[in-house]
Amino acid sequence: MRKQALSDEILLKIEKPARYIGNEVNSVTKDLSQIDIRFAMCFPDVYEIGMSHLGIQILYDMFNQWEDVYCERVYSPWMDLDKIMREQNIPLFALESQDPIKDFDFLGITIQYEMCYTNILQVLELSKIPLEASERTWEHPIVIGGGPCAYNPEPIAEFFDLFYMGEGETTYRILMDLYKEHKAKNSSREEFLRAAGKLPGIYAPSMYEVTYKEDGTIEEFKPKYEDMPETVKKEIVMDLTDSYYPEKPVVPFIKATQDRVVLEIQRGCIRGCRFCQAGMIYRPVRERDVNMLKDRAYKMLKSTGHEEISLSSLSSSDYSSLGELVNFLIDEFKGQGVNVSLPSLRIDAFSLDVMSKVQDVRKSSLTFAPEAGSQRMRDVINKGLTEDVIIHGAGLAFEAGWNRVKLYFMLGLPTETEEDIKGIAYLSEKIAKRYYEIPKDQRNGKVQIVASSSFFVPKPFTPFQWASMNTKDEFLHKAHVVNSTVKEQLNKKSIKYNWHEADVTVLEGVFARGDRRIGKVILNAYKKGCLYDSWSETFRNDLWMEAFEEENIDILFYTKRERSLDEILPWDFIDVGVSKEFFKKEWQRAKEEMVTPNCRMACQGCGAASFGGGVCFEAKN
Amino acid sequence: MKLRIKFTKSGVMVFIGHLDMMRYFQKAMRRAEIDIAYSQGFNPHQIMSFALPLGVGVYSDGEYLDIEANSITSSEDMCRRLNEVMVEGVTVESVKLLPEQAKNAMSLVAAADYIITFREGHAPEGFSMEQFLKFCSQESIVVTKQTKKNTREIDLKSYMYEVKASEEGIYMMIGAGSANNIKPDLIFNAYAEHSGIAMDEFALMVKRLDLYADLAPEEQHKFVSLESLGEDFYE
Repeated sequence: MRKQALSDEILLKIEKPARYIGNEVNSVTKDLSQIDIRFAMCFPDVYEIGMSHLGIQILYDMFNQWEDVYCERVYSPWMDLDKIMREQNIPLFALESQDPIKDFDFLGITIQYEMCYTNILQVLELSKIPLEASERTWEHPIVIGGGPCAYNPEPIAEFFDLFYMGEGETTYRILMDLYKEHKAKNSSREEFLRAAGKLPGIYAPSMYEVTYKEDGTIEEFKPKYEDMPETVKKEIVMDLTDSYYPEKPVVPFIKATQDRVVLEIQRGCIRGCRFCQAGMIYRPVRERDVNMLKDRAYKMLKSTGHEEISLSSLSSSDYSSLGELVNFLIDEFKGQGVNVSLPSLRIDAFSLDVMSKVQDVRKSSLTFAPEAGSQRMRDVINKGLTEDVIIHGAGLAFEAGWNRVKLYFMLGLPTETEEDIKGIAYLSEKIAKRYYEIPKDQRNGKVQIVASSSFFVPKPFTPFQWASMNTKDEFLHKAHVVNSTVKEQLNKKSIKYNWHEADVTVLEGVFARGDRRIGKVILNAYKKGCLYDSWSETFRNDLWMEAFEEENIDILFYTKRERSLDEILPWDFIDVGVSKEFFKKEWQRAKEEMVTPNCRMACQGCGAASFGGGVCFEAKN
Repeated sequence: MKLRIKFTKSGVMVFIGHLDMMRYFQKAMRRAEIDIAYSQGFNPHQIMSFALPLGVGVYSDGEYLDIEANSITSSEDMCRRLNEVMVEGVTVESVKLLPEQAKNAMSLVAAADYIITFREGHAPEGFSMEQFLKFCSQESIVVTKQTKKNTREIDLKSYMYEVKASEEGIYMMIGAGSANNIKPDLIFNAYAEHSGIAMDEFALMVKRLDLYADLAPEEQHKFVSLESLGEDFYE
């Protein structure tokens, strides 16, 4: 019989007990006497979200291919179980063995969005691991963070022993060996961390110190010891075809957000949108071979039994074998009751053709992401999409029978004017008009346009990393301008406009570009009860505001303030392969409303060629 | 071809609810490469139906689902293939071929039998087997049953076909299915109320043994296991 960390009584009392029992198809069981290292892999959110994350599936498979390592999973207990675990003093456990996390060698936490920071503290506290890294001993696992938010680890630096910058497939093996070596020679924990911090892509925050100027900006960021590297360069996999990719991903019993086989077709993006961090930090673009993907499609559908398969990448339309892959999936699997779910594609004749094969045109909607309403604004953000292209694509889709369109925009972009803001309403209106140009007897009822805007958060390692971010009031004012402009237009009944929550955006803005001083605010807010901040039902802005006030941290310093180009930014010690010079040049071109060609059109010398592969060398092969 | 699959549920799998068990078996069919039939339409789904939902926390030796298959091999082969893709806690007991005109399990199920024990540390104080059996042997046991819309009075006794003490615990065979569904807890709660003993919500450990069709509903009942309505098949 499987061990059960929670009693029957608890499992019967809480929501969705399947979140906590493990035992899923393809989950891995290992004999503890045969392994050297126990690694707990954590996604600090609820199970259904965490289980949908491809990165963990890849790393879980990789670690468990190694005979000396046993990797298990752990997620944030939901609020109901959180309360019970605290009341009954039950330690947080891993799903597979149901053993306490505290007994593991490593706790790896993927940090996908800023609003999970309090959940990280929850996982640590429930595991009975001291929240502050400085208080940990060999009694506790090594806590290592990774994922996109690790590219500015400073706000959460004091909670982690190590951070891994970049893709996990490269350095983890070396780190495991280093750990075994240090355990064997009885090194101190600090000696191990210091040695680990010299490995490629590994950052040991306790080995560095920061001083600040009187105006609050950074005076100096430097290693405490001479032998520690001054910069940490991100790690990436250059050959994605001959690399780890699971053949047997874990299949949850309850419906996860991604309840399907996912094929990651490429990493990186050629587009260079100036607001987009992913488009910069995952450079250069590297594709997986289409034959490898076809092979994995068979194996993963067989091993999971999923009834749906989808593709994952930042910009699937740019994958060079997309047509071949999509047609293969449709021909091969559609007849077997397997749904082929397409990612967001650039709307053109090809994508409409394949979409009409896999979706019911009358029931599905098309998605456009113009990101900004006016052409001027789209040029500023380098979104190489013109109004003509959008209207033309929408026209093609309407003529093929679609009548539902989703549009995604951002508000609060740098240099934004009133006209740019209203442009969201104008563009929506033009799309509606295009629909009604189709003769009445040939169209499919009314058009339904849903336009949504999120609020722009400047991110590290983008040309907008120096930019001023709007305040909550500015954001909401802009959303109301769009809404009232929509309401004044002819086709107001065909257009529905939604906008995001602004309070959360402000916090994201602080964390995204925060420094080490933000850690105490996160700790304070957590102690007040903040948890699951990315969930609207549990988000407590009032407590967060109290925490900022008590810790004497000025939100506007981190959000509203435009940084000068010579300021030392908290993440400057990280080298993502794209140079600061490139970001400066792009920031300047943004202000001049100049579009920069994508990687395949003309190399801009961003620096990513230093990795020695991918799109940077495509033309030269 | 109509097939009836019998399976058991134990261990941590008792915490997986009915809808998730359906999803589990849909995926298991694909993993085992069972040639199951799909409905027509844009989003085809497998032709599969379960006999009767099993509550969360309840163990079972006799759960059923019926499927429509395009092609079959043998009972033994299909049973083996399914078991190769099961998780710990779910075992496929048999795969039987049903006559073409057979009604599905869901519409046939008329009774279920159970073994009930008390969960460790939760046995109600003052419970007496003798008293309980005496309670169950009354002429009628009227209770109010809460349904989604309203409450109504029912006589549990008309759906209690057998109640006895057995070596493993209390054995009972009671009505099940759409028309006359009652659950063991209903009887225990009625007894607890009647005798004034306190029984907490986790007291009962319930294991379903099997599901039955009633071949003579108008007369004295003739209950037969759903499994017995199908036959083994060979290549």
